[in-house]
Amino acid sequence: MYPDYMEESLRKVVQTRPARLELARKPDPVYPPMSAEERRKVLEDFHPDFKPDALRPVSVGPNKGEKLTTEVADLLESHSWLRSEQVDLDHPDFETDLLIIGGGGAGCNAALVAMQQHGIRSMIATKLRMGDANTMMSQGGMQAAVSRTDSPTKHYLDAIGGGHFENKPELVKALTEDGPGVVKWLEDLGVVWDKEEDGSIQVRHGGGTSRKRMVSCRDYTGAMIMRTLMDEVRNHPDMIDIKEFMPAVELIMDDEGRCAGAILYDMDSEEFFTVKAKSTLIATGGYGRLHIRGFDTTNHYGATGDGLVMAYRAGAKLMYMDSVQYHPTGVSFPEQIAGFLVTEAIRGAGGQPLNKDGELFVFPREPRDIEASAIIRECAQNGGGVETPSGRFGVWLDSPLIDMLHGEGYTEKHFPAMYRQFIRYGIDIAKLPMLIYPSLHYQNGGIEINERCETDIPGLYVAGEATGGLHGRNRLMGNSVLDYNVFGRRAGKYAGEYAKTVKLGKLSLAHLDSYEKELAASGVKTDLVTPILLPSYAPKDVKKRQLVRGGNVLPGASVVHNRLHDERSGA
Amino acid sequence: MTSVPTGTANSLSNSQIDEKRDAAGERLITVYIMGKAYEVPAEATIMGAIEYAGHQIIRGAGCREGYCGACATIYRLPGDYKIRTGLACMTLVEEGMTLAQIPSVPAEKAIYDIEKLKPNVSAIQQMYPTVFRCVACGTCTKSCPQGLQVMDYVQAAKRGDIATVMDLSFDCVVCGLCMLRCPAEITQPLMAILAKRLYGRYLRKDSPELAERVKAVEEGVFEAEYADLMAMGREALSERYYARDSE
Ligand SMILES: Cc1cc2nc3c(=O)[nH]c(=O)nc-3n(C[C@H](O)[C@H](O)[C@H](O)COP(=O)(O)OP(=O)(O)OC[C@H]3O[C@@H](n4cnc5c(N)ncnc54)[C@H](O)[C@@H]3O)c2cc1C
Ligand code: SF4
Ligand code: SF4
Ligand code: FES
Repeated sequence: MYPDYMEESLRKVVQTRPARLELARKPDPVYPPMSAEERRKVLEDFHPDFKPDALRPVSVGPNKGEKLTTEVADLLESHSWLRSEQVDLDHPDFETDLLIIGGGGAGCNAALVAMQQHGIRSMIATKLRMGDANTMMSQGGMQAAVSRTDSPTKHYLDAIGGGHFENKPELVKALTEDGPGVVKWLEDLGVVWDKEEDGSIQVRHGGGTSRKRMVSCRDYTGAMIMRTLMDEVRNHPDMIDIKEFMPAVELIMDDEGRCAGAILYDMDSEEFFTVKAKSTLIATGGYGRLHIRGFDTTNHYGATGDGLVMAYRAGAKLMYMDSVQYHPTGVSFPEQIAGFLVTEAIRGAGGQPLNKDGELFVFPREPRDIEASAIIRECAQNGGGVETPSGRFGVWLDSPLIDMLHGEGYTEKHFPAMYRQFIRYGIDIAKLPMLIYPSLHYQNGGIEINERCETDIPGLYVAGEATGGLHGRNRLMGNSVLDYNVFGRRAGKYAGEYAKTVKLGKLSLAHLDSYEKELAASGVKTDLVTPILLPSYAPKDVKKRQLVRGGNVLPGASVVHNRLHDERSGA
Repeated sequence: MTSVPTGTANSLSNSQIDEKRDAAGERLITVYIMGKAYEVPAEATIMGAIEYAGHQIIRGAGCREGYCGACATIYRLPGDYKIRTGLACMTLVEEGMTLAQIPSVPAEKAIYDIEKLKPNVSAIQQMYPTVFRCVACGTCTKSCPQGLQVMDYVQAAKRGDIATVMDLSFDCVVCGLCMLRCPAEITQPLMAILAKRLYGRYLRKDSPELAERVKAVEEGVFEAEYADLMAMGREALSERYYARDSE
C-alpha cells in the first residue's frame, strides 16, 4: 500500500483520469511530443550524463585525457588486487584453449561455437552461478529481421539512426545480418519463440524500429534463452569446464604482448588461481551495480564492470564510456523493489506518466533518454515529484488506464510478472498507478572491438554488453539480446580459430607494475581496489565497524564499494 | 528536499538513505537468520534483511528481481508448524521469522544429445525416470514461489505431453524448492528444461519465412545494399533514416 501522505496526490490522479482517458482514445498524441530543440534542451539540462560532474578526464591508461563517466574513471584509476611478484606464473593451476570470463549469454554462445566449429576446449570462469547474469533478466525481447516486410538492411538503418550515427558500421552490419541466423540457431537448440498460428515468429515494435522486429518468449525471453544455452553447455562436460564463484581479477599477458589467460579468485576459499589460455574472451556484461550518480539499477548482483578495468590495465581501449543508459521507468516505491524495471510496454499499452498533481508533463513514448530526462526535470526542477518515505522521488505511471482502454483483466493477463511484482505490496496496478523514476540500465559503451570481437591486444576477445562501438551512445531495446548472441557466437569462432595457431611466450603480469607506476606518476591518490566483484548493501554503521579492519580489503570487496561512493563529490 | 542536486533526485548514497531511515524512526522487527537473532526493518525483503544484518551475500543472490532462482529460502513463523518457501528477493520479512537460504539443491542434470531424443515419453523415461515415482501429493505445487502447477506438469510428463509441460513450466525460475520438498525425490525443474527444449526443437510449427531469410543472407542478397549504406556519410545516412517509412 502507499503511505497515507500520498493519498491527496493519488486523489488528484483519479480526478484527472476521465479527461486523460478521453485523450488516450483519440488518435492524436496525449501530450505534444518534443521538438528537436526541446529534446536537446531537456537532455542538456537534465540527462545525468550532461551534469558538470558526470564526466571527468581519466588520468591513466589507453584513454588517458578522454572524458569518461566519473564513476568509470574512478574505477579505472585504482589498484589491482595483485602484486606481480607474488604470483607464480611458471606453474599455471589450469590450462585451456579458450578461457571465457563470464557465464552469461555471450560466454555460453562462445563456448558452444568454439567447440562445434573448431573442436576447441574451453573453460568458463564466472563470478556467481552460471546464468546469474543480465541475460537471465530480459523480458521484452530480441530484435531480428525475420518478418516478410523486414530486412537486415532496414534493421541496420534503424540501429544506426538510434545510435545517432555514431555506431561502428561494421559492427552494426554483423549484428543485423546475423540476426535471422541467431533466431534459427536458438530455435534449433530448443528456445520456444512466441509464434503466430502459421508458425511464423511473432514480431512486435520496440522503441525506434521501423518494422515489427521484436521476437520474444512471453515475459521470460532472457530466462528461456539463458537456460537453454546453459543446459547445452552442461551437456559437454568433457569440452567445457565450468568454474562457478571464480571471477577473474586480472588478465595474464605473455612477454610478446599477447593475452594469455587470467587470474581467478575463488570466492569461497579466497585463493587465487592462474589460468593459462591460448585465447581469452571477456564476456563480463555491464556495470549497473556501480550505481552511477547514486541511481538504483535494473542489473543483476554481479554487474560491476570488472571486464572494463581488467582489459584497460592490460592496454585495451575503451569506446563511448561517457554515455549511460537510464531506463525511464524503474520502480521508485515500494523501496524493496526500487530500481526494478517497469517494461516499456506499459506505456505502449496506454500508461501515462503524471506528476504529483495528476497532470501529464511528457509524451509517454519519447526515446528513452528524452523520457528519462523529462521525468528527472519534473522532479528536480518543477517540484512535480512525489517523495517516498526513504527520500527517493518518483512520478506516477497511470496503469489503470490500460484496463479502461483494452478491457478489464488486460493488465493481469498481459503483464503477469509486473502485476505479481506489485500485488505483493498490496498495490493492484490495474487499480492504482505505479510510482516510477529512471533506473540505471545499460552500459552503452565498453571495450572497443571489431566485427571479429578482436581488441588491440592479440588473443583478447570481448563480446556482449562489455563491448563498445556497436550501439553508439544509445542502444535500442532488443538489440543487446541480439548483441550477445551474434558476438558471443563470433567470439567463439574467431577466438577458437586463433587458439589453434598461437604459440604463447613467457607469462607475465608486468602490465600491472607499469599501470601502478603510471598511477603514481599522474598523481592519482586512491585506496580503491578493483575489480569490485560485488556491491555492498550493508548499512552505514555496519560498514563503519567493518572498516575497523582498516586498510584491508574485505572479501567480496564490500568496503571497496563504500569508498567508491563516499569519495565522490556530491554523492 | 532542498539538498537534492538537480537532475539527480535519486542520487542519494546508501548512507544518506540510511540516515533518513534512522531519522524517520524506522520500525524494526526481530528475525532469526540461520538461528541468530537480528533486528531488521519491518518492511524489508528477506534479502534486504540479510544485507541489513551486515552479511555479504555470495551464494544466494543473482538477479535480485525474481528471475534466476538463486535465492531460494525456507522459513517458519512463530507458533506455526509449517515450513514455508519463498524467494529471498521477493518475500517480505515478518516478526519472529526464522529462515535459512538454500542456495543450492543437489540434483543431477541428465546429459543428452538433443538431436538424438524424441519429443515423447521415451525421452522422459530415459533421462528423468524418477518422474514416474510421483505420488501426486501436491507438495511441489504448494512450495512453488512462482505459483506454478508443478504437480500437473509432472503428471503431463508422465503422459509424454511435452507441450503441456512446456506451457505449465514456462515461468519456472529453477529455484529448486519443489525438488527439495518432493517426497519422491523428483527433479522437476531439470526435467522441465528438457521438455521445453524438446518442444522448441521438435514440436514447434516451423516458420515459413525464417529459413528463406537465413539463406538469403548467406547468399549475399543484402550485400549491395549494405555496401551502399556503409559508404554513406553521416548526412546522407541521416537523410535516409529520417525519410524511412514505418510499419
Ligand atoms: C532487467 C533487464 C532487462 C533487459 N531487457 C532487455 C530486453 O528486453 N532486450 C534487450 O535486447 N536487452 C535487454 N537487456 C539487456 C541485456 O539483457 C544485456 O545487455 C545482455 O544480456 C548482456 O549479456 P552479456 O552476456 O554480455 O552479459 P551478462 O548476461 O550480464 O553476463 C555476464 C556474466 O559475467 C559474469 N561476470 C562479471 N564479472 C566477472 C568476473 N570478474 N569474472 C567472471 N565472471 C564475471 C557475471 O556474473 C555474468 O554472469 C535487459 C537487461 C536487464 C538488466
Ligand atoms: S517449479 Fe520448482 S524450481 Fe520451478 S519455480 Fe517452482 S518451485 Fe522453483
Ligand atoms: S511433490 Fe513430488 S511426489 Fe508430490 S506431486 Fe510433486 S512431484 Fe509428485
Ligand atoms: S535473486 Fe534471482 S530470483 Fe531472487
